[in-house]
Amino acid sequence: MKPTDIAAPDYFHKVVDCQWACPAHTPVPEYIRLIAQGRYSDAYMINWKSNVFPGILGRTCDRPCEPACRRGRVEENPVAICRLKRVAADFKDDIKHRLPRPAPNNGKRIALVGGGPASLTVARDLAPLGYHCTVFDADPEAGGMMRTQIPKFRLPNSVIDEETGYILGLGVEFKGGHRIESMKALLAEKYDAIFVGSGAPRGRELDIPGRKEAAANIHIGIEWLASVSFGHIDKIGKRVIVLGGGNTAMDCCRTARRLGGEDVKVVVRSGFEEMKASPWEKEDALHEDIPILNFLVPVAFVHDNGKLTGITFQKVKAEYDAKGRRNLVPSGEPDQTIACDDVLVAVGQENAFPWIEQDCGIEFDKWHMPKVDPKTFVSTNPKVFFGGDAAFGPKNIIWAVAHGHDAALSIHRMLSGEDITERPLPDVQVSSQKMGIHEWSYDNDISVDKRYKVPHRDKVIALKDIRAEVELGYDVKLALGEAHRCLNCDVQTVFSTSLCIECDACVDICPMDCITFTANGEESDLRQRLKAPSLHPDQDLYVSSDLKTGRVMVKDEDVCLHCGLCAERCPTGAWDMQKYYIEMTHAGSTCPTKSRSAA
Amino acid sequence: MTYIAKPKFHHPGLKPNELGYTRRDYEGKISTLCAGCGHDSITASIIEACYELSIEPHRVAKISGIGCSSKTPDYFLGNSHGFNSVHGRMPSVLTGANLANRDLIYLGVSGDGDSASIGFGQFAHSIRRGVNMTYIVENNGVYGLTKGQFSATADRGSKSKKGVTNTDNAIDLVAIALQLGATFVARSFSGDKTQLVPLIAAAIRHKGASFIDVISPCIAFNNHAGSTKSFDYVREHNDAVNRLDVLVGRDPIAVDYAPGTVQVVEQHDGSKVALRKIDADYDPHDRLGAQTFLARHAARGQIVTGLLYVDPEAEDLHEHLNTVETPLNTLEADTLCPGSAVLDKINASLR
Repeated sequence: MKPTDIAAPDYFHKVVDCQWACPAHTPVPEYIRLIAQGRYSDAYMINWKSNVFPGILGRTCDRPCEPACRRGRVEENPVAICRLKRVAADFKDDIKHRLPRPAPNNGKRIALVGGGPASLTVARDLAPLGYHCTVFDADPEAGGMMRTQIPKFRLPNSVIDEETGYILGLGVEFKGGHRIESMKALLAEKYDAIFVGSGAPRGRELDIPGRKEAAANIHIGIEWLASVSFGHIDKIGKRVIVLGGGNTAMDCCRTARRLGGEDVKVVVRSGFEEMKASPWEKEDALHEDIPILNFLVPVAFVHDNGKLTGITFQKVKAEYDAKGRRNLVPSGEPDQTIACDDVLVAVGQENAFPWIEQDCGIEFDKWHMPKVDPKTFVSTNPKVFFGGDAAFGPKNIIWAVAHGHDAALSIHRMLSGEDITERPLPDVQVSSQKMGIHEWSYDNDISVDKRYKVPHRDKVIALKDIRAEVELGYDVKLALGEAHRCLNCDVQTVFSTSLCIECDACVDICPMDCITFTANGEESDLRQRLKAPSLHPDQDLYVSSDLKTGRVMVKDEDVCLHCGLCAERCPTGAWDMQKYYIEMTHAGSTCPTKSRSAA
Repeated sequence: MTYIAKPKFHHPGLKPNELGYTRRDYEGKISTLCAGCGHDSITASIIEACYELSIEPHRVAKISGIGCSSKTPDYFLGNSHGFNSVHGRMPSVLTGANLANRDLIYLGVSGDGDSASIGFGQFAHSIRRGVNMTYIVENNGVYGLTKGQFSATADRGSKSKKGVTNTDNAIDLVAIALQLGATFVARSFSGDKTQLVPLIAAAIRHKGASFIDVISPCIAFNNHAGSTKSFDYVREHNDAVNRLDVLVGRDPIAVDYAPGTVQVVEQHDGSKVALRKIDADYDPHDRLGAQTFLARHAARGQIVTGLLYVDPEAEDLHEHLNTVETPLNTLEADTLCPGSAVLDKINASLR
């Protein structure tokens, strides 16, 4: 193998699994260390810069970081990264003075359609640069789906108000209750750029027999959640069936439990493991005595002269074809009818752009989705950008934020007369963490604690009040324990070939057997000759150039604890622990010297 | 020196041995020696060998004297018996322990100061008597704990860190061990675990006095140009006569080397060692040949490593003394002291 190019920003970025997995590339270990030090406001600001909504995401994020967390490969459970983010938000001081000041107007006007996370992120990035940002939303308050679709027992309004408020406070104009009905009309208003962050606002229908007749008791999940959120709906029948296996279904069933549903069931086509809902959301539903029934496909709504009485399901089983694809085929067992008073349909969301006229220069593909460049987020109309669910269909908040940052960068470059396909490289800072012979500026004593549970409100009380937040969040002590579980993956093991005397001290001390000194070879061959078996080929090998004996140093990054013992036991300083702080380039970052092409 | 303990987590792919232990279970406390010390590699090799042999930790007694090397038993086999004795007195303590309980595996760990200076006589007599043990000398040629004076194994003409030339002749412990009748004699290098680990494993399985001289560079005081015990010097002058490629239990050995290049040595307990010859003419069963070979190569400044001599049919001290099979420490009082009638009988037989 060729010697690893550690100067390429991606190499060490990839080692920080959580940051690499986060769509917004939040510097996770850095903020967790700050939490451990009790510097909650500093931790919050790091989050605020990267993911804009730390308090909201700390309660609702889909957490792509956690399955990626190295700790999950070392022991059973990853670090509770998401809930530590909430800790930063919960315990911070007033941070208003740390937010950017509204900048003098640069004369350019941006229209943002939809007041959800994507649009607000674009506004957050552009307003401090002097752009006049106008956010349009059909709802009276900002927040989009964060406000309408996420139940209050998971995300209180106060958190949404606070964090949307920080953005609107940057001088962003918010036009609530103002639905954009025509792209053509909007284009005619001569904005310098338009960003569409209108989400995936339409709940998918379930068109099976009985749907029309029993319509009075059949509700579309996201619409129903929004009505609950606005207080238009405050009760539901005693027996409720929720159709669908995603996170919306979990929100629906738990909401139903709080509005009078006593016998609430979730019925899913697929098996339990394949459900789209996050494992912890399924867990929360089960905890609230909501059974999840699997492998049942709804075939008809049963009604008595228009009064819903139940749903008939066909029983299926999973079969896998030669390519490993799953097919649900009838199991041959008789159909099953489950009685109910109300049904909530949460079988998916769809995009809808009836307001974008065909002659706006915005092309759509065969799935009726706008053609959007996945790096720059520009549509076929160079002045119109898309982001969030509106760009590539339903994902989650953190993706919307990431899209928002990238779109804002594109808009800023376009309006500065620069090529939007040139993407400035992230800002990388590297610094040795050595303080003394065996002292490091980070806590390298690895905690063996298991993942700490987030305290929950008593179930009886929680189920009585739809606005009572179920998760209480870590207290300071639990947060400290959980923060210590972080392996500081951003403190990198950096190897200097010229200093190494091949004494084997690092090999001997490494608790995880990451390091091997051996003859060089192809990657597949090297992976066979490591001191400990290579379990995850997607994890990089760090290979040195040739050493004095002709061998090379090979480090499997997979389960490195970043404990720094290799560097402590190294007599010549060939190993050093260096912190890699990687910050994504946002609109207005000061002139980075290098860039890469978006193509 | 490291302040934090080695984290308890281990690689998820570590395989347990026959006893269900991973290699990590054979570790001791974290080393307090200088960073990069060769002794730590020897520690790691002992751990590896004991793991591979599936040794029950409580069946091992590790005994040492004083010095950097003699600190190391604290760093391996944390669940074994240990005795950190007076300077140079490891061999006597080990001999005594062995006589009292012949059922344990004895690991004597010593250094060049401990064995070639203050304990030279002790070393000699334990070898001479054929105590069943594995005697490992962690040999760095300097007194590391007192800031790097030459030890008795420092080669004549080698230079100290400050540039002073050693004018005394060196003691070659391997040559002495051969002369005194050790039945398993090897030399190795802390920087070559592929050679060292099987040597330690074979030595542990050998019945009789096994002696391994391991050259172990002292990073702090003896790893400079002019030293003959530095990493660079040993790597350049290492003349390995053979390698133990396969060390197996009682299973038949299957090796695919060209005929004549592999020599299978069967030990007392039925275990077998496959030796891959590097020097075709070298015969590890020839004590006299080994001595001349060593002397000849030493004169050329070469460091001969590998298994230099082995007597698979060796006897040990217990056989020489015709002691009982049962360890003395488990004999009951009436066996140990059979009473005045028996004493009278013995006395009568001597009249």
